[in-house]
Amino acid sequence: MDRTSGGITRWSLVNLLVLLYALVPVVWIASLSFKDPSTFTDGTFFPTKWTLRNYSGIFENADFVRGLGNSIGIGLVSTLVAILIGTMAAYAVARLDFPGKPLVLGLSLLIAMFPQISLVTPLFEIERTLGLFDTWPGLILPYITFALPLTIYTLSTFFKEIPWDLEKAAKMDGATPFQAFRRVIVPLATPGVVTTAILAFIVCWNDFLFSISLTSSSRARTAPATISFFTGSSQFENPTGSIAAAAIVITVPIVVFVLVFQRRIVAGLTSGAVKG
Amino acid sequence: MAEIVLSGVTKRYPDGTTAVQDLDLSIADREFIILVGPSGCGKSTTLNMIAGLEDISEGELLIDGRRVNDRAPRDRDIAMVFQSYALYPHMTVRENIGFPLKLARMGKAEANAKIEEAARILAIEPFLDRRPAHLSGGQRQRVAMGRAIVRNPKAFLMDEPLSNLDAKLRVQMRTMISRLQNQLGTTTVYVTHDQTEAMTLGDRIVLMRRGIVQQVGTPEELYDHPHNLFVAGFIGSPSMNFLPADISGGALHSVLGEIPLSDRMRRALAAHHSPDRVVMGVRPEAFADASLDRRREQDAGELRFGGRVEILESLGAEKFAYIDLEPGTVVDSEHLADAFQGHSPGHRHAQIVARLDPRSQASEGRMLDLEYDPASIHLFEPETGLNLTEHA
Amino acid sequence: MNEDASSTDVVAVPGRAIPVPSANRRSERRLGWMLCAPAAVVMLAVTGWPIVYSMLLSLQRFDLRFPARKAWIGVDNYATVLGSPFWWNAFAVTVLVTFVSVAVELVLGMVIALVMYRTIVGRGLVRAVVLIPYGIVTVAAAYGWKYAWTPGTGFLTRLLPAGAAPLTDHFPAIGIIILAEIWKTTPFMALLLMAGLALVPEDALKAASTDGATAWQRFTRITLPLMKPAILAALLFRTLDAFRIFDDIFVLTNGAQNTGSVSLIAYHNLIGGLNLGIGSAMSVLIFVTVALIAFVFVKVLGTSAPDAGRR
Repeated sequence: MDRTSGGITRWSLVNLLVLLYALVPVVWIASLSFKDPSTFTDGTFFPTKWTLRNYSGIFENADFVRGLGNSIGIGLVSTLVAILIGTMAAYAVARLDFPGKPLVLGLSLLIAMFPQISLVTPLFEIERTLGLFDTWPGLILPYITFALPLTIYTLSTFFKEIPWDLEKAAKMDGATPFQAFRRVIVPLATPGVVTTAILAFIVCWNDFLFSISLTSSSRARTAPATISFFTGSSQFENPTGSIAAAAIVITVPIVVFVLVFQRRIVAGLTSGAVKG
Repeated sequence: MAEIVLSGVTKRYPDGTTAVQDLDLSIADREFIILVGPSGCGKSTTLNMIAGLEDISEGELLIDGRRVNDRAPRDRDIAMVFQSYALYPHMTVRENIGFPLKLARMGKAEANAKIEEAARILAIEPFLDRRPAHLSGGQRQRVAMGRAIVRNPKAFLMDEPLSNLDAKLRVQMRTMISRLQNQLGTTTVYVTHDQTEAMTLGDRIVLMRRGIVQQVGTPEELYDHPHNLFVAGFIGSPSMNFLPADISGGALHSVLGEIPLSDRMRRALAAHHSPDRVVMGVRPEAFADASLDRRREQDAGELRFGGRVEILESLGAEKFAYIDLEPGTVVDSEHLADAFQGHSPGHRHAQIVARLDPRSQASEGRMLDLEYDPASIHLFEPETGLNLTEHA
Repeated sequence: MNEDASSTDVVAVPGRAIPVPSANRRSERRLGWMLCAPAAVVMLAVTGWPIVYSMLLSLQRFDLRFPARKAWIGVDNYATVLGSPFWWNAFAVTVLVTFVSVAVELVLGMVIALVMYRTIVGRGLVRAVVLIPYGIVTVAAAYGWKYAWTPGTGFLTRLLPAGAAPLTDHFPAIGIIILAEIWKTTPFMALLLMAGLALVPEDALKAASTDGATAWQRFTRITLPLMKPAILAALLFRTLDAFRIFDDIFVLTNGAQNTGSVSLIAYHNLIGGLNLGIGSAMSVLIFVTVALIAFVFVKVLGTSAPDAGRR
């Protein structure tokens, strides 16, 4: 590889371009969120007059706080359930031989590619009939469904990487099936499960379509949907700052997660994709 | 320390395939026994059944006189070394070796003493606090051994433990395992597909093919007195030379020429309805360069055969001469196809291999005269593969 | 002892050398089904039933504002949708956005993948930062783009001639929608492609190099063909994902200047129009289109199953 100083300079430049690509739009929203409302229209990239008013404003907004709570609650419940039943299915797919396995995988793949909008219309009507419309379960159900394919695929890849022999070795070493699971399989599977949980949570956290379609009030509406209802009502003279601040608030936790677990997330996102 | 007895053990899968059929084997206390055969012969299934990792469909498995068919692996008190080593990646070497002791709820001090003793025997003390990922292949192999010996089990089961090592390490580890087993005296069942490993390690060898035991015996017995074509082809490297031969007019006719039938051959043929077609087999070691023998009187019964040397391999201590034969002189037998699965593919060519003394002047492209003793000829029934000369 | 093998061996050759669990196969089967059942039931209940229900709805006149006029009307809803210029405009916009953004993403994603894979300085930093667009909530990023292009507010409109308001013109608005889509999803594409790059053996590239291939030839003759499965899988996944574009358009234009995608107009038809019959017909049409795209990828291009979807 080209390790000359020229090579290093060239690569540094290329890297810089990639960094700018990824960072400029984010810095822009952040800078907007720190701009004093009087300077929104100056068109500068960085704030000329800094303020935290936009942030204090959104946290005084009951709808947004509620939306944030809904996002966290609905996201966590959906992730938990998806991981629970997804782990079971992934274990079966990775470790057991049974007819119908292709069916489970096929169904997962189908749903991964399913246009969510095709579900919105019937779900809207079904949930109204069942009384699920505008409730947490009304969003949790579709979220679980769309997090499941990812959970099953990613986790089954992780499970497949745990060698069969380890379970056998544990049995030979005198472990009961439960001890083998508890002391050998669980410690080895945990990183994969954590990674998958983060990915599943991101899927739920990122949703917008279901949230605006299957809710009609702040009862269950999640944060991204709540933001789109910041329309410069009486309490906000101009929604720009609030929207920017809210966008940063809902983005930062995910970005932190993603950066902290970077290595594992890359492995999780690309697992299965290459073996095809 | 234990005696292991398998009687009538059969493994059948629900899809109808039989992996092991009616296996009878009695393994003595302190014995080192090798299960060997080509892949798919049932040797690993047999080992897994002894371990308790697979159910036994029919038959009985006794360890120390007690029937253990329905016991879980952990209640059989046997240790196993896996081909992949199966080290727990999230534990240090110390924790790996100590895992069986921990499961047995042994006290910390006692466990540590045992772990260190095992580590000392295997010379892995410096690595006790490392994780398996930071060890070389040979070191991992020794950790796997450590985990097996640490709790002093009734028996060791080893599933191709050396096949992931490079050739040189494999030879070293082979010696180490041999020495260790001698020292500990623990009954050992060792699975391999490599006949060299089988010949060098075992007190006795169990050679399997398609789920059925072909022959059980010491390495010498299998080498000198193979029961059938499969055993004759599988044991020995390079493999025995096989040629189709006709019998007429009191002589054996093959590309090696006309060979008068000896009394031994006559008896063997008579005992099996005097067939007129057989497969004859001669080991490469049975041939000698006739020119080296010129000074002494030729033995009365010594046979001769000449041919052009196609390839000569000189290994220092010995030389191998490959002599091409006429096309159509290959023995077509399922036994041999199974025996050669995975090794010595060159032997499927119509060729004779001779192992020569290093002093031989044979060279490529030149004619070579070989001599051999008729007593070294094995005759096999072409269809069943039965060694007629061993079943007279 | 069963040492005499002189009889012909009529034993079936054991199946495969896979490790077979000690439990017998029937219980393994049952366990497999039991473990998969909850996931399968949830997925079927939340997608299977609604899609069937939506097919039924699409054959009825069903407007929530006039529930009394509900009636079976056969394929009239489909005729209405397929006869509507709004539908076809939305369809064209969706196809355009999908095609352009996926094409650009493939090239850009490949460049970024190569940078992440080959860079000799700051590899960890690049790989981490590239994940940021992936981590951002789509709606949040869309607002960023919206304000960046809003006259007066945006730093990007300052680069344009005075008075320009790109979001209020048809093609510039679509351009911005595509830009937002590309920015957000290229990192994901790059990650998939990087995983494909890792499959190209270093030795093959070295061999090509000794055979006298230039860097470009190595890329086109060795790297690309070997990456084909990864590329096709990434393309399939991203195409289907782009086809359902909704969030970006909702925020950026909300369909103004005829920039709505099929998902967006189906949504407006439901929430704005409350017309379940027409909305369901659109849902079914979108579903069928997506199925067709997937079919073409799988059958014609021979794409194998890519990883599960996420965005």
